[in-house]
Amino acid sequence: MRNKTLRLFAALLALAMVAAACGGGDDDGGGSASGEAPSFDEAVAIDYWLWDANQQPFYEQCAADFTANVQPNISVTIEQFGWGDYWTGLTAAFASDSAPDVFTDHLARYPEFVESGVLVSLNDLVDRDGVDVDQYFPGLAELWTSPDGDRFGLPKDFDTIAMVLNEDMLADAGITVEEFASAEWNPDDGGTWGELIQRLTIDANGVRGNEDGFDSSNVAVYGFGLEGAFGAFGQTTFSSFAASNGYVATDEPWANEANFGDEELAETIQFFADWIAAGYVTPIEDVESLGGTTIFQEGGAATQTNGSWMISTLSGDATTVPVAYAPLPVGPIGERRSMFNGLADSITTSAENPDAAWEWVKYMASPACQEVVGEGAVVFPAIPSAAEVAQEAHTANGVDVSAFTVHVDDGTTFLFPINDSASRVEDAVGPVMQQILRGEGSAADLLPAAAEEVNSILGG
Amino acid sequence: MTAATTTKQASNKTNLSGGWPVAFWFLLPSLIGFTLFFFVPTLRGFYLSFTDWNLLGNEGEFIGLENYRTLAGDDNFYDSMLTTLWYVVLNIGSQTILAIMIAVMMDRLTKSTTIRSILLLPWLMPNVVVALLWLWMLDGNFGVVNAFIDWLPLGGLFGDGPFRFFQDVGKVIPAIAAINTWKFTGYTALLIFAGLQTIPKSVYEAGAMDGATELQMFRNITLPLMRPVLALVLVLTIVGSFQVFDIVQVATGGFGGQPGGPVNASRVIYLYIFQNAINFNDLGYAAAISVVLVIILLGVTALQMRLLRAGESDLA
Repeated sequence: MRNKTLRLFAALLALAMVAAACGGGDDDGGGSASGEAPSFDEAVAIDYWLWDANQQPFYEQCAADFTANVQPNISVTIEQFGWGDYWTGLTAAFASDSAPDVFTDHLARYPEFVESGVLVSLNDLVDRDGVDVDQYFPGLAELWTSPDGDRFGLPKDFDTIAMVLNEDMLADAGITVEEFASAEWNPDDGGTWGELIQRLTIDANGVRGNEDGFDSSNVAVYGFGLEGAFGAFGQTTFSSFAASNGYVATDEPWANEANFGDEELAETIQFFADWIAAGYVTPIEDVESLGGTTIFQEGGAATQTNGSWMISTLSGDATTVPVAYAPLPVGPIGERRSMFNGLADSITTSAENPDAAWEWVKYMASPACQEVVGEGAVVFPAIPSAAEVAQEAHTANGVDVSAFTVHVDDGTTFLFPINDSASRVEDAVGPVMQQILRGEGSAADLLPAAAEEVNSILGG
Repeated sequence: MTAATTTKQASNKTNLSGGWPVAFWFLLPSLIGFTLFFFVPTLRGFYLSFTDWNLLGNEGEFIGLENYRTLAGDDNFYDSMLTTLWYVVLNIGSQTILAIMIAVMMDRLTKSTTIRSILLLPWLMPNVVVALLWLWMLDGNFGVVNAFIDWLPLGGLFGDGPFRFFQDVGKVIPAIAAINTWKFTGYTALLIFAGLQTIPKSVYEAGAMDGATELQMFRNITLPLMRPVLALVLVLTIVGSFQVFDIVQVATGGFGGQPGGPVNASRVIYLYIFQNAINFNDLGYAAAISVVLVIILLGVTALQMRLLRAGESDLA
């Protein structure tokens, strides 16, 4: 009797396993982009993801225009997730075969998607439809091309970094925006930029950072606020300063080694660690707990650096802090430097109808949609004429954004150091930066070891 | 396991052979669940640990013991195991002592079900809510805990505030251990309390007749007699404690931090597994760490059962 039951158990177990094994099988989902001309006689639904809630209304407008004027049979559904949830959500979606057809892609992330083989190469489609990849700001389209020559995204916008200034606090200290615009920075004593930051720092007794009796352990307003934790690439934090000190993160895109051990980087990071200890820069603990922009908007810091995508938040109606923008300080190399970064739209291999997805990507990368986005005055579109629309929209709102565009006009930008293991590099360098900024070790001691780890990641 | 235990009992005690078909149908639902959601994924996880499975691409190749070889030389793995161990020591230590105290007090002083229910309240809250709640309360800038410490007449006994619990390398693990102690003490106390109920009241009466104090009775009667229950509770809570994850992920990530930070001070083993699987897309390596963790937990559990002689009771 018992034996019979056990046999039944075993049989059942085996059955369940077989069922599970069958269920776990992959289907390839979606075909490859064919060379035939697209015809959309039947209704196609495209799922599109983005993370910036501020831009969503304008892409909704694009989607409506697209269906109304260009492809009546393609309808686009837009889903928005916050930055943090976006990437874990996307990973989960890929793993479960429910990824969107098209999504907003980031330079730090797309190489890992490329390596995993989940993005559709756009080369054939670009050639077939004769899309002009030179219509964008120079360099933007090439950022999305892998070393093998495959293109994985069409540029939608670009961003640069500038100084963000609290006008009231500047006025109290008797400092003009022009003084910041012409300031110079160096990692030894901070230069004229450093003097301005010291003057803007106020301790609990009202003593300023450049005056005698300044109490660095009890600061009410920091002259400069870090935008966030440094991480490995410091887009909105240290990268501009390090680059204007002559630092280049990687010698070329997709490089097999990076220069995290360079003296120019160590000097820059050490400068910020020292100035945190001296009470002129927001402590990293506060930045990690509150977020740098919150500290700035609450009046805890007189200035910060931030990206152009934050203009509508920083100068928007919801803020109580009157904000002006100034270009980044000129560094020891005699020029300013801002990271020049851009987003693009990528098509996933999960797309059921890649041709329809391509039509949507192509539309978003065209002047028609980018001008709509430009009028929204949230980001600078990748097409110069549309970027002008954005600049005019900002001006109409009473916001002078030339501090951001001057970097493009003067050619004082550098590109995001694209590499195929950005997450691992972040993980190796991020904690070391936290350590240095906490004063638990010097940059010159700690960064070279991190550099070795990074190079073994990139080389491996 | 379920089947084996039942079989053993059946043969030891009365002959239940007539009831077997009935028992089978009752066991069937949980057996299906066990097979589909536990047994098969476990086998699959074991298989994945021998591959270089990529989470995004959902494919990988068999690479033999490569993952385990990497793991043996992975400093981050040892580091996060040590972090986890430190957390387990703090969490289980404080939680067990508090739970025993509360359980004994409930057993000896009150039988109120209201109090028992209140004890369970923290345990009923979802982990993410707990993490967010304490993230705000422990914050160095506007947290109520810091305001409370300021208000206490300590005269800077613990140094100058504010205390940034989640941003301080030395405080982050103790803070997380304390939060989970707060969350799980009531539940643990109830488990122990249930065990205390099995101790015959006559033993305490005899103790009282001999003039023993409450403290003496606790040491010489309660503690020895509740050993089997304590062993079970410790196995459950220690295994659970090794698996701490969501509070770390949410609370140390905070508003501008990095989960597992600062300076990797709170990167517990589950977080490291998560990072490898989700952030680095290296499902194979994550599976290998998980397999090693399972083996470690099995070892810890076996050791505990043996040391605490969990199978036998002094009551018999």
